[in-house]
Amino acid sequence: MSEQFKLTVNGKAHTVSADADTPLLYVLRNDIGLVSPKYGCGQEQCGACNVLIDGEKAFSCSVTLKDAAGKQVTTLEGLGTAEQPHPIQAAFIAEQAAQCGYCTSGLIIATKALLDKNPNPDMDAIRVGLQDNLCRCGAHSRVFRAVRRAARELAG
Amino acid sequence: MATEAKRLPGSLRNNPGLDLWIGIETDGTVTVRSGKIEIGQGLKTAAMQVAAEELDVNLSRVRIKTADTAETADENVTSGSRSMEVSATALRFAAAECRAIMLKMAAEKLGVPVESLSVEDGAIRSSESNQQVTYWDLMGGRKFGRDATAAFPPKPPQAHRVVGTRVPRIDLPAKVFGQPAFIEDLRLPGMLHGRIVRPRHQGAALESADTAAAEKIPGVVKVLRDGDFLGVVAETEIAAIRARDALAANARWSAGDPLPDEDHLYEWMMSQDTVECGCVDGVHTDEPPPDTEPPADAKATLDQIYAKPFILHGTMGPSCAVAEWKAGKLIVHTQSQGVFPLRRALKNVFRMDEDDIRCIHMEGAGVYGHSGADDVALDAALLSRAVDGRPVRIQWMRDDEHCWEPFGTAMVTKVRASLGADNRVADWRFDVWSNHHGNRPKPKPTESGLLAARMIEDGLPPQTLGPAKDSEAGEHRNAWPGYDFPQINVAKHFVKAHPFRCSSLRGLGAFANVFAIEQMMDELACAAGEDPVTFRLAHMSDPRARFTLDAARDAIGWGKADKVPGPGQGIAYARYKNTAAYCAVAVDVEVDEKTGVVTILRAACAGDAGEAIAPDGIANQLEGGVIQSVSWTLKERVRFTPGEITSVDWESYPILTFREAPEVETVVLNRPGEKFLGVGEASQGPTGAAIANAVFAAIRVRLRELPFTPERVRKMIQEARRG
Repeated sequence: MSEQFKLTVNGKAHTVSADADTPLLYVLRNDIGLVSPKYGCGQEQCGACNVLIDGEKAFSCSVTLKDAAGKQVTTLEGLGTAEQPHPIQAAFIAEQAAQCGYCTSGLIIATKALLDKNPNPDMDAIRVGLQDNLCRCGAHSRVFRAVRRAARELAG
Repeated sequence: MATEAKRLPGSLRNNPGLDLWIGIETDGTVTVRSGKIEIGQGLKTAAMQVAAEELDVNLSRVRIKTADTAETADENVTSGSRSMEVSATALRFAAAECRAIMLKMAAEKLGVPVESLSVEDGAIRSSESNQQVTYWDLMGGRKFGRDATAAFPPKPPQAHRVVGTRVPRIDLPAKVFGQPAFIEDLRLPGMLHGRIVRPRHQGAALESADTAAAEKIPGVVKVLRDGDFLGVVAETEIAAIRARDALAANARWSAGDPLPDEDHLYEWMMSQDTVECGCVDGVHTDEPPPDTEPPADAKATLDQIYAKPFILHGTMGPSCAVAEWKAGKLIVHTQSQGVFPLRRALKNVFRMDEDDIRCIHMEGAGVYGHSGADDVALDAALLSRAVDGRPVRIQWMRDDEHCWEPFGTAMVTKVRASLGADNRVADWRFDVWSNHHGNRPKPKPTESGLLAARMIEDGLPPQTLGPAKDSEAGEHRNAWPGYDFPQINVAKHFVKAHPFRCSSLRGLGAFANVFAIEQMMDELACAAGEDPVTFRLAHMSDPRARFTLDAARDAIGWGKADKVPGPGQGIAYARYKNTAAYCAVAVDVEVDEKTGVVTILRAACAGDAGEAIAPDGIANQLEGGVIQSVSWTLKERVRFTPGEITSVDWESYPILTFREAPEVETVVLNRPGEKFLGVGEASQGPTGAAIANAVFAAIRVRLRELPFTPERVRKMIQEARRG
């Protein structure tokens, strides 16, 4: 049964009509038109769908619309733009830290969640911070470099 | 004329029209076309670099269009690491020729000799005149309208300004800023969402399906049953997913033939009926080699079996397509690696005119070979047809991809090698057992490589499978050792029974074959009492091969970590396909003997891919190959019971995580002026063997069966310590 829900995405208020248990992923991609979160597994196993909810990393494939309602959702689109990139986005480009790029959105969000909590992570902390995200192309080594670069840039 | 066409380089041979490659647009841009696709390997950027270089235009003026049956050259499938070799070569000659044609036009227009002309960013100037003219003025939106002759040599390497430099990939910004970049992100007006229902045994048939529950779900437009093909179409994606779940819960499938025992898979393969083939000087033969005995005067003979299970391509994004029918014509937006072969395969299934089908490529997630990309295109076309041609988007669910992508086949290899009195290999015998590798859709009209074709009522049977008959194809790939051995026999045993649909997975046979060859080389070096690098070099005469191995040795700091117990160091080398890129990989590993966990502390990779157009692109491919291969080697194995496939998600089929991935140091050996050598699959084989060799260096236990899971490592340690 469709109901109306209010949620804030990237600082903008949206009203969405959908079943309460619709995963946030489909609301973001199909109702709101923000396509950065990707479907990868639907089971919190790959992180391709990662977004921030009230600043915490979340799996949008599993969070329901009802649970996201009233909260602040941030997707990759909300971090920066080509003209004004967020330092993490700039670092991923500087290090060319992707191959196909399907997991990139989730990785940048996971990096944001990590660096917000721990601005100067060592390698162990970086590995733990990204352990819920899978990458199949093998861009891991570059992603490590991008995260370290982003941490340096953010530290100024 | 025919002999002239034969001499054209790369893909110009079959697609000589210059307009298929280069367009000079009226808005001051250049359109570059390639029939190959971007799949995260940086094809678009490299192709643009080549064209910008030869045309003398700034890269910012270059646009690129890739694989579209209505617009680009038919370059068949983007596979085999051949895009640079065939497509970039074609572009290079086509661009050089277009430049020459325009220079001739400019000379006439300006009334000056061609020799007096130079080009800067598309503006042509003469040393004998103050006038200038641009490409865009000269062409005025016209096409070249002629075929390439390849009579105009490309620039010498020393004149390159764009080629060989690190250019940021043009496809990355959209992916980093969250703009639509993938087929998954395509939204057409009136588009519906589809999902399909398949069993977990590939040989199961549909016995019954109660569609009522699925039909009741709000938003469902259609539930389709056509033979064994089951699908749903709905207004929203979530409704399609819910309907799929409801349909799956109410579908009954027959038990297929029992699958082999997964714990005795290799014995099973070696005991099956086979097609026997051989190999002479690296070239396929239909006759198997004679049975031979090791030389009577051999100092030592080693005889070992190495094995690799079925593994997944395991794309991060399950296969996706959007299809629509308009006035009897079919349009498919697809992530297929071969839009033209897909069009031919769809033509056969729908028994329609090829010209009435258009397949347009869009980027998808990386797939590393033949995934479900072609299959989902047919699924979408079938569902669209069932809803009066409205556009239908399907993205397979995770378990669809895990159970139904064509797997990379299991392989068993048996190597018998003898050392002569001089500690050099005197005799080499290599046997390989394998299912099929090459199962992409082929043009034969009476059968189909597309999955749903075998399921629908009025469909086509699956493609006939047989041994790879081309050299370096399928199981043959890197079965022939790249060393100077005096006597080599290679026997290929194609296993006829195939429990699963398999197809091309990155590296094809090379992963298992190099895994075996390069471990045996290590074992022989050990038997000879020599350093593994020195031992290999003694059997290598190609200076580029030697240089590559040396580069990996230097990069890892060979010998510095070699102590027992503790970290172990291993190295391995192969030239991909024996004709493409040279690659050597070295790793430092640590083995926890209690838990059996193998940790890759560090990896170094050296690659020679000939002339490097995009050196960072080559590094990315080599690095990615190493890490993916670490995952294959340590973790991956398709799981099954006699009744069904049980590896259906990332928990039941784990892959390498960011916790476990090594940092990789990559050395790209650039060879300006040398021909492009495919590099995308070069590091897979050496990585697996390097890890096995490093594990042996660390704990003196040989791991010859993949993957090196903690359970297996513990078991092998126990056996070794007992024995």
